[in-house]
Amino acid sequence: MSFQSLEEITTSASRQKKPFYRVIMEDDMSERQVSEEESFAVMQEMYHTMRKADESYDGAMRSASGLVGNDGQKMEEALQAGKTVSGDFISQVMVRALKMGESNACMKRIVAAPTAGSCGVIPAVFLTYQKKYQVPDEKMVEAMFTAAGIGMVIAERAFIAGATGGCQAEIGSASAMAAGGLAYLMGGTEQEITHACAIALKSLLGLVCDPVAGLVEVPCVKRNVIGAVNAVTSADMAVAGIVSRIPPDEVIDAMRTIGMVLPCSLKETGEGGLAATPSGVEISKKLISNF
Amino acid sequence: MNLFDIVGPVMVGPSSSHTAGAVRIGHIARRLLNEPVAKAEIYLHGSFLATGKGHGTDRALIAGLLEMRTDDERIPDSFSWADKQGMEYSFAGIELREAHPNSVLLKLTGKNGRYQEIVAASLGGGRIKICKIDGLEANFCGDYPTLIVRNQDQPGHVAEVTSMLAHKSVNIATMQLYRDKRGGSAVLVLECDKEVPRESIKWLEKLEGIYKVTYLSLKEGGEEP
Repeated sequence: MSFQSLEEITTSASRQKKPFYRVIMEDDMSERQVSEEESFAVMQEMYHTMRKADESYDGAMRSASGLVGNDGQKMEEALQAGKTVSGDFISQVMVRALKMGESNACMKRIVAAPTAGSCGVIPAVFLTYQKKYQVPDEKMVEAMFTAAGIGMVIAERAFIAGATGGCQAEIGSASAMAAGGLAYLMGGTEQEITHACAIALKSLLGLVCDPVAGLVEVPCVKRNVIGAVNAVTSADMAVAGIVSRIPPDEVIDAMRTIGMVLPCSLKETGEGGLAATPSGVEISKKLISNF
Repeated sequence: MNLFDIVGPVMVGPSSSHTAGAVRIGHIARRLLNEPVAKAEIYLHGSFLATGKGHGTDRALIAGLLEMRTDDERIPDSFSWADKQGMEYSFAGIELREAHPNSVLLKLTGKNGRYQEIVAASLGGGRIKICKIDGLEANFCGDYPTLIVRNQDQPGHVAEVTSMLAHKSVNIATMQLYRDKRGGSAVLVLECDKEVPRESIKWLEKLEGIYKVTYLSLKEGGEEP
């Protein structure tokens, strides 16, 4: 991609008097040498696949390890029974984030966004918003381009893999992408989009990747919830006019420097953090593959 | 990296390296064998061995050998598909020397008796590398049509292969050359910008001093009859 910073995207957008998403889409068209229709169709397919994955959730499935399953259903039942305090919208976001994270752990078809482990964040926010506000699909696809553009800049300036940057690079990036896309859906300006992204990422800086037994299950599934909810609150703040005192690109750079100094034991090796707790170690021992 | 490496790929979970990458390794190994797999002996190394069961790496590899793609919803049931298609398979652990943590050794026998050993690694994000073929260095990613020629280490073979490609207007993207010792066995790995015609590969196979030609075609149904 031809953009190394969010600032370059917003500058280019205002110079050309085009929305943020359009600048991203045109970059994809030139990068892959495809037409506007082709570029749009691929992104639309990604969004439809997310929706399909959400709708095909099965509360009866369990992951191969047995650690994950049924939480999305439990949350949905609590929501329907009126037992949640976090409100209808946030509860629905939570339900969807859990469901997608569980579907991934149970070998269902998902869209990596940006990774498989963080695949629940964007659909949880976007699908819930679309349902509540009856947004046409086209606009949702535009929000997907917005989110993807943010993800590209994060991947260029920092990283999006837990093994290189810790969980902040996966759930943190997904949350920043979702926040920016949501700010766009809420009618936010270009500045509000990038500040939603900055606020979201700031709040998850330093999050380590410490999966129990090295599996994309504990704590990954539930971290999709915090990534999604954090995206909603960050977009709300940004569109309310709250700005990030640290500019968005500098926040991304901070994520990179933090990721670089994180020890290897906290970067997807399953050797530190939650994985190294007595319970984590015990689970891991039981699950050692027997080939 | 393009935009759809960020949003995408569509894949069967749970892990882009341990699941999607493993499907791709199986798929490319199957294409290199160039005939349906009758028997697969699979040796897992490092993290593939330690966390492979939980990530479905075993089922992903079998799915790939059955030519499934990374988003195929039959991946979790690939063992029963293998049974249905009469493909034998076995898994074991192995310690490969100087290998990437996510590595696998595949010993494959085809329906027509062709045999091939492949060492491959999953690098993350679904990207992979074929590291060795039949014990010799290979080092390619499977994103291009790839020609692998094993020959006696003597003058002229590189020229034969490259002039054949020039004659067929096939541009070479990358080129690597290895040998075990002077005058011994050599291997030439060429990633190409377009497909190499099958008849040219057959012609190469007949040349003096050429032991074996392996070809990775990215075309659907690009197989020899």
